[in-house]
Order: sequence, then C-alpha cells, then structure tokens
Amino acid sequence: MAEQGVAQVWRRIRTIYNILGNRCTTCNTYYFPPRPVCPTCRRKGKLEDYQFKGLGKIYSYTIVRQAPEDFQKQIPYVIAQVELDEGTRLTAQIVNVNPEDVEIGMRVRACFRKIKAFGSGGVIVYGYKFEPTMHVTGHDE
Amino acid sequence: MVGIVGYGVYIPRYRIKTSDIADVWGEDSARIGKGLGVFEKSVPGPDEDVATISVEAARNAIKLAQIDPTDIGAIYVGSESHPYAVKPTGTIVAEAIGCSHDLTCADYEFACKAGTAAIQTTMGLVKSKMVKLGLAIGSDTAQGRPGDALEYSAAAGGAAYIVGLKNIIATIEETVSFTTDTPDFWRREGEDFPSHGARFTGEPAYFRHVGEGAKSLFKKTKTTIDDYDYFVFHMPNGKFPVAMGAQLGVPPEKLEDSLVVRQIGNTYSGSAMIGLARVLDIAKPGARIFVVAYGSGAGSDAFAIKVEDAIEERRGEVPTVDDYIARKTYVNYATYAKYRGKIKAM
Repeated sequence: MAEQGVAQVWRRIRTIYNILGNRCTTCNTYYFPPRPVCPTCRRKGKLEDYQFKGLGKIYSYTIVRQAPEDFQKQIPYVIAQVELDEGTRLTAQIVNVNPEDVEIGMRVRACFRKIKAFGSGGVIVYGYKFEPTMHVTGHDE
Repeated sequence: MVGIVGYGVYIPRYRIKTSDIADVWGEDSARIGKGLGVFEKSVPGPDEDVATISVEAARNAIKLAQIDPTDIGAIYVGSESHPYAVKPTGTIVAEAIGCSHDLTCADYEFACKAGTAAIQTTMGLVKSKMVKLGLAIGSDTAQGRPGDALEYSAAAGGAAYIVGLKNIIATIEETVSFTTDTPDFWRREGEDFPSHGARFTGEPAYFRHVGEGAKSLFKKTKTTIDDYDYFVFHMPNGKFPVAMGAQLGVPPEKLEDSLVVRQIGNTYSGSAMIGLARVLDIAKPGARIFVVAYGSGAGSDAFAIKVEDAIEERRGEVPTVDDYIARKTYVNYATYAKYRGKIKAM
C-alpha cells in the first residue's frame, strides 16, 4: 500500500540531512531553506547550491513543555533560532544539553537525529538538530 | 598496503549505572558491577538509532581521514539493531555524509562482529582496486529484555573505519576469521529482545571462537604475543576479554587501554571497533595492535594492525573515545525505560 508523506520526505532528504541551502553570488547572502530566487537582487541575482558548515550560535530559544505527540518522550526540550556562521538563521531542536544550561550566544554544531516516524511501521524522517560544541582532545580552542 | 585512512566513533550522552538496574530487579547492586565488570552503560536518546549513530561516527571518520566523501565507493553498515527490517541503513549514511550516488552499499548482520566483517569486505574491494575507499561501520542500540542479564550490558554506540591504500594511519597487516554454527545468542524475526544460552555463551562460544581466531592469526603472521603492544577483544562484559587475555597469556597492561566496556557497556557491533579506536587515539607510530572481534552464532574476525607515522598529525580534529566517554548525563531506570521504548503502554 502506498504511504502518505513518503514523496514529501524524499524531496527534502538532501537539504535536511546536510543543511544544503544556496547562496546569491551577486549580494553574497546565504539562504536556508534554498530559495528559488534571491529576494534582494531579483533577476540580477545568481543562486548556487551551498552546504552550510553546520556551526553557529543560539540567537534565541524556548523550552517546550507541552509537546506534539511525536515529541512527548523528549519533554522538556529546547527549540532555538540558530544563527549559522554564514549569517543565516534557522529553527532547530537543541539536543545533548540540559534545558537549564542553554543560553543565548551558546556555540552549537549540527548533528544528525531522528526527527519523527510515521507510526511504528512507517517511514522514519531524519535530519539536523543542533548540540553544544564538544571538547576535542588536542584541539586548540 | 591496505589500511585505515580514518576512523571515528560516536557514543550517546546518556548513561545508566548498572547498580540502578540491579536495584530495580532486586539484585545485589554492589556485586553486579564488580561481577560483570560493567559499572555503567550508554543509553541512546529517544531520537537516536543506528542510522544517527552511524552518521555521526562516519562524519568523524571523514574529518579525521581528510578525504573527499565522493571518493568512497562502498559502504557497509554492520548492526543487529538496524532501524528498518527492510531498507538499508547504509543509504541513509551515504546521503548524510555527502557521498556520490555511484557507490555500492549493503547492511550486514553477524551479531557483534558485523562491523568487522564490513572491514574485511572493504579491504577486499580496495585491494582488488574495485573501489578507491571503503567505509565500514559497526553500530548498535543493543536490546536487553527487562530483568535479563543482558540488560546490565546492552549499550549503544558505533565506530566507522575508512579503508584505503593511500594516506593510511594504520596498516592492516593481516586478517583471519573462524566461523562455526553455534547457537549461543539469537533473535528471531519479529521478536523485540534477543535470547541466549546463558553459560553456553562462554566456553563453546566466545572463548572458543576468539581463542581460535587469535591462534590462527598468530600462526598466519608468524608472530607471538611479544610482537604486539596492544590487544583488543570483543567486550560482551568486562570479565570475558580479561579472562580471554589470561587464557592466551596476554599481559593485563596490554589489554587495559581497550576496555571501554566498563564505562559504556557492550556496544555490540561497535564494541571491538570502539576498543580499537581507543587504542588508535593513544598509540604511538610503530605500535602493533592485535584485535579479535566476536559475533554470536558464531564467529571471530582477527586483525593484525600497525600504527603509521601519519596518525599523529591527524589527531585533535574530532572527539576521541575518551571525549565521548567523559560527555555523559545519568538517567534513572524510569527515564531509561521511556527512552528505550520498554514501556509498552506508551
């Protein structure tokens, strides 16, 4: 039996697995999700695919305590506006952190997580979430 | 010569103490940890599975290897907890790490040694020049029936190894396997939890296969214990690898560095591969490593590995095994049961 939502999920796989957006080479603005046209340069704009590095900081956040059904196992959890180093902002869940430790300006990096599943037998949707950058032995901070 | 171009690991952040599990089931909490040699185990978050763990480990491996992911020609993911019964985990990994679509890919299953079987396959493909680079992953979110002995050790984590011929950080000098039909541990289709033969998992299963694999590798390479600086054995618990080392006459200090099982439990397909990664994190160039992975059912894959000079300049870019072990948050049994889907009413 054909399942609802499969084509929608499939269409977004490339962009949500790797934070693949685009960049207008005319005004040097980065977009995520990718735009069909640069809203600033209009017909003078030239867009090319761009894979974001996945590093940024928390611009603003909220702690979710009343969650939709798919996320009830995770409450309380953090949803944030993340400002990527390229200047683009996006909304994402922050994981691997206690909600009370989250603060504006916190450095975060993209990680790969399960977003939701269509029931126990349906397709599983994966994509980006963010986590605090972690300690790496031998890396100069 | 064929070898490891890069490696990476991932261990989830949550931990549960084995003493907390023992308290729930009325066992002697002080005795359990010591008896098993497992004091805490890693627990995956509710949004983590073998695909997410594999992707994180593979991204670390690519960064350490300093390779272009489009040069990867083969991906094999070994696990006994693939998120889909039908639909490969490997395709999710390939897309998430930015591989070309011109590659071959499959999922492997051989209890806890599916990941090392993947390493052997990629070695063959690389040596025969069918592919430039191969990616082998061993990763699991292991299941243990509530109250069963397995629940104290069944953990989550994974390791990814990129195998190639150039710019290698460790040479794989030789590999051998030992395989028989031995039903010591299994999970039937549709069952939530595995079953095992209790004491039968020891002598005729783990010790026979790891022991025979080790002897076969010594024979084939014409080497002895003295030729190796580090030993890594599959770690179903903290006791078995130590007992195996004692049986073979391995000095305990040569085994010590690989025993990650004490802090994170048995990560199944990730177990020996994370143990090897812990050694690669600290070994000096020229060091030789002897690895034997074990998979129930049953078989062992043994590897003789020599660390190369290039390893030192690649360190410091991705988290080490110890970095992941140190990043932890304890959960109680109720939270663990919720995260692992052990509460059927939810």
